[in-house]
Amino acid sequence: MKIKKYYTLFFTLGAMSLSLQALEFKDITFEAGHESLKEWILPTEVPYPEGNKPTSSRVALGKMLFFDPRISGDGNMSCSSCHNALLGWSDALATTKGSKSKVLGRASPSIINTAFNPLQMWDGRKKSLEDQAIGPMESEAEMNTDFDKMMLLLNQLQDYVDAFESAYPGEGINKKTIAKAIASYERTVISNTSPFDAWIKGDEKALSSEQIEGFKLFSDPKKGNCEVCHSAPNFTDNGFHNIGLASFGIDKPDMGRYAQKPLKLMKGAFKTPTLRDINRSSPYFHDGSAGTLEDVIEHYVLGGENKTNLSPNMKKSNLNDLEKKHIAAFLNVLSSPIKPITLPILPQK
Amino acid sequence: MKLLINKITLLAVLLSINVVADEFTIGQKNKAFSKENISIKKGDTIHFLNEDPFFHNVFSLSDTQFFDLGSYPKGESKAVVFNEAGKVEVECAIHSEMFLTIEVKE
Repeated sequence: MKIKKYYTLFFTLGAMSLSLQALEFKDITFEAGHESLKEWILPTEVPYPEGNKPTSSRVALGKMLFFDPRISGDGNMSCSSCHNALLGWSDALATTKGSKSKVLGRASPSIINTAFNPLQMWDGRKKSLEDQAIGPMESEAEMNTDFDKMMLLLNQLQDYVDAFESAYPGEGINKKTIAKAIASYERTVISNTSPFDAWIKGDEKALSSEQIEGFKLFSDPKKGNCEVCHSAPNFTDNGFHNIGLASFGIDKPDMGRYAQKPLKLMKGAFKTPTLRDINRSSPYFHDGSAGTLEDVIEHYVLGGENKTNLSPNMKKSNLNDLEKKHIAAFLNVLSSPIKPITLPILPQK
Repeated sequence: MKLLINKITLLAVLLSINVVADEFTIGQKNKAFSKENISIKKGDTIHFLNEDPFFHNVFSLSDTQFFDLGSYPKGESKAVVFNEAGKVEVECAIHSEMFLTIEVKE
């Protein structure tokens, strides 16, 4: 109960910091560093819950666990298997594969900037990164972790025992500390130094005129209308929408958010993903049905394919080919420079 | 006699004021309800006014009172009469960070 109360406070504060006064399109001046664009600047501090302030020892431990395949049931899948840093922290599959390579129903979401998300997973069923981190291990279809075996392993390896004690003194090795450590590492996977970020902060040369035009079209409710859901500052409204994918038309479709919130509008609705670093994590959509960003734009221009229970935000647009190219050009400046990643040496003794 | 009638009339007016239901407006702006908490009495009405330039979908799955107002755009308002005492938790289906708690008193 205390934790629940705390998260409510944490995410309320987080939401406040992430939702400055939103201006309407007509009030925005598309000039580098302009005051009306300030809402797009991500907070410099990454939010974290009470009792899990990211420290170097927590992040280091989380990194080891994140890349350690031995914590899965078959000893061959780590968090990194589906959230691969080499593939935009996703896995390049239309829908991801779980235990025994079984094809699962949804795409592996990138973990970039998930630290800013109030809810995790495509259907928002996890309320924190800590909660999410342990989810795939508990799922038979995903990592199918044998927790007794895992605890035995972690307690046998002195380097892990020391790492847990250093990160969470006196808290022991358990699901809670494992989840907290992995969440701490995931909070370091941040994209906030893209050309777009530089331009928003005043660097006039960071974006070309074509890219700025793409940003205008992206924001204009009468044109791209993308910003209605992919809003400032993390290019997501943290909301849930049925965007009219063809897969909602199949027999017994994935109902998405409806499983959590049984309301008509939520049938086939999924969480709006961030667009930061988006050009590194194709394919797109929760069902992986769009191979390229151009395919995504085309889907929205049509106003969705399956109109059943369509989000009211979805509507056909009149973008011409040049305008579509401008929006694609803009989407490509949302990626931060690639940072080298040093893989951890996993404890062997 | 006239004084007595006046007193009875005044008492009737006061009683009727006491039982008249009140009306409140709660806005949805910048993906937040205009209040986080509100206390009302049974029979009162709340108008949920969308002031954002995009759709909201106000609902409650509370045991005290269930409602789903569906989606509606800026400038539109939908009303709910609260006929049961208790706590009603209100959210927006689209924007998961929006919360409002209504305390409905007897």
